[in-house]
Amino acid sequence: MTTTTQRPTDPARTYAEHAAPLWQRLVLTRETAIIALLVAVVLYAMVNVRNFDGPLTLTYLLLDITPILLIALPMTMVIVTGEIDLSVASVVGLSTVLVGILHAGGLSIPVAAVLALLAGAACGALNGFLVAYVGLPSLAVTIGTLALYRGLAVGLLGTKAITEFPDRWTDLATAKIGDTGIPLVMVLVAILAIAFGLLLHFTSFGRGVFDIGLNSEAARFTGVDVARTKLILFTLSGVVSALAGIYYVLRFGSARGDNATGLELQVIAAVLLGGVSIFGGRGRLHGVVAGVLLIGVVGSALRLEGITVNVINIIIGLLLVASVMSPSVLAWISDRTARRNPRASRPTDAPLGVGQKEGRNS
Amino acid sequence: MKLLTRRAWALTAAGLSATLVLTACGNDAEGAGGEGGDGDVTITMLPKNLGNPYFDTSTAGAEEAAEEVGASLQEVGPQEASPDAQVQYINTAAQQGASALVVSANDPTAICDALNEARDAGTQVVTFDSDTEADCRDLFVNQATAEGIAKVQIDLIADQIGDAGEIAILSASANATNQNAWIEMMEAELEANHPDIELVDVVYGDDDDQTSFDKTAALLQSHPDLKGIISPTTVGIAAAARYLSESDKKGKVALTGLGTPNQMREYVENGTVEAFALWNPEDLGYLAAMAANALAAGEIEGEPGDTFEAGRLGEYTVEDDGSVLLGDPFVFNADNIADFDF
Repeated sequence: MTTTTQRPTDPARTYAEHAAPLWQRLVLTRETAIIALLVAVVLYAMVNVRNFDGPLTLTYLLLDITPILLIALPMTMVIVTGEIDLSVASVVGLSTVLVGILHAGGLSIPVAAVLALLAGAACGALNGFLVAYVGLPSLAVTIGTLALYRGLAVGLLGTKAITEFPDRWTDLATAKIGDTGIPLVMVLVAILAIAFGLLLHFTSFGRGVFDIGLNSEAARFTGVDVARTKLILFTLSGVVSALAGIYYVLRFGSARGDNATGLELQVIAAVLLGGVSIFGGRGRLHGVVAGVLLIGVVGSALRLEGITVNVINIIIGLLLVASVMSPSVLAWISDRTARRNPRASRPTDAPLGVGQKEGRNS
Repeated sequence: MKLLTRRAWALTAAGLSATLVLTACGNDAEGAGGEGGDGDVTITMLPKNLGNPYFDTSTAGAEEAAEEVGASLQEVGPQEASPDAQVQYINTAAQQGASALVVSANDPTAICDALNEARDAGTQVVTFDSDTEADCRDLFVNQATAEGIAKVQIDLIADQIGDAGEIAILSASANATNQNAWIEMMEAELEANHPDIELVDVVYGDDDDQTSFDKTAALLQSHPDLKGIISPTTVGIAAAARYLSESDKKGKVALTGLGTPNQMREYVENGTVEAFALWNPEDLGYLAAMAANALAAGEIEGEPGDTFEAGRLGEYTVEDDGSVLLGDPFVFNADNIADFDF
């Protein structure tokens, strides 16, 4: 994409953000595309998949995706800064084990939950410290803590499972809002989603997050505390993962060291599918929510068709690869088209003289 | 930008159609093979995990039964044997309105809520191999009773050592509930019916291959007159067989217990082990599917005293605790071991 800066600059230069009329900028986005895809898959499944339109589908679908949806919120922000957190599923597992052990040790569920949240914050803060202040790559740090936190979880409980939890709390995890079939836990998810949406898109902190993802050097010069921002994001990721763990243990009524193994892949797949760039600097939360729902709907529909777990994993894997590849493929296509048709005016991404980041075009 | 976005749309649309086409192909294949009309009995088989030879064998038995009674059966399951992964499949069976769900529980309590939701939606729940708590299922198909397991192992060793001499037991861990119950019953059985057999030692290999191997060596050294070893655990019997087959005691000290054909095949073929016991998972799956069909068709309600016909296995009666007993454990020897692969 370096060609863009070398091109003779058109005197009537336009900025990417303002190249199209407002309605097009709002409607013709990657997020809209993923929402359209979601609607199409839902409609297709309604017509073609037996029992998909049944009353239980919505309830189970939402219950199933709740942990993914929760963790996807902070994960979006982490990936927008160009980092990644692979340890989230291990924190979920550790949190379920802690709730189980503390409750079996005589603490009430709320107290055990608060301690598990603190442990989650500590796990996240360790990741954040190593990435932000020691300066290690997040991929290496969190793949290490993925093993570390999972090891702690399995080590604390061994191969046993704790399954004694008060009905009051386990019922709450699967309770529904009136007759709607929508689980009560969706209220919590909605509040957090709105909070994270506001934080990412409507605060200076959120703009700092995007700046870091586009160019962390430049972000520092414009006054963004890069290290502190990353520390906060990883800590949030740990806390929310622990929260997902508390939900997990109450929904399944089972605290085990191997709970939620592999969940991080589903979370990251959903985030990338939702239009967040793996290179950082780009993404919107409503797209991510649609991405999570899409993965949930595809999984639910395929299970209803009796398709085995391996095939479901293959399809979700392909979706993920496609979603990571599509920006690069689209950029390549548009580049080719632009060369063949030199009169088409192309907007530049940034004012002249400002360093550009590879792979940002989308 | 317009151009690029249009391209984006086109590509997304292409990707979407490809995905839909792929899934649609899957639909047709499944629909033609797996599902019958609305009135038919549909059975969902949910083992602890997929790709496990033991459960592959039980599912083969269940398929045989489903074919005989004209029910349609599909097997689903997680890759890992964990209860939370099973819950999704229980939920799916409830959504599908399956007539019956045959499940081997990964946890006796954790999947209870999901099972009861499925039962509320009209699905009959049969557990096999691993039971849940009694109030979460309609019927449990029990592979063997503790008495049956204890008796078959004593009978085998008595037969192999001529009903007289010293024997020892190589168990799992010292606090393994099942094994301890069996050992107690074996002692009672010896006292009642085999006065010339003396149980000289019980050692614990902790269900660890190396520990079991070492304990076998120690047993043979400390009891030079030992005539036979019983190992009521699959890990123990395989380790003991490995030691015996390499030692000069091979063929002189009898070994029996609970084992799986795949682990024991080598030692049965080379003469280290004459015969060992376990239940037949194929029959277990067959009986579970028959029971599920009988429940779904309304022939039985799962109440104690209900009787139903289970094809080639004959007639079965529901016992007081809501279970159906497969029968006596199955004895594997050189003549039949080639028929099994689990």
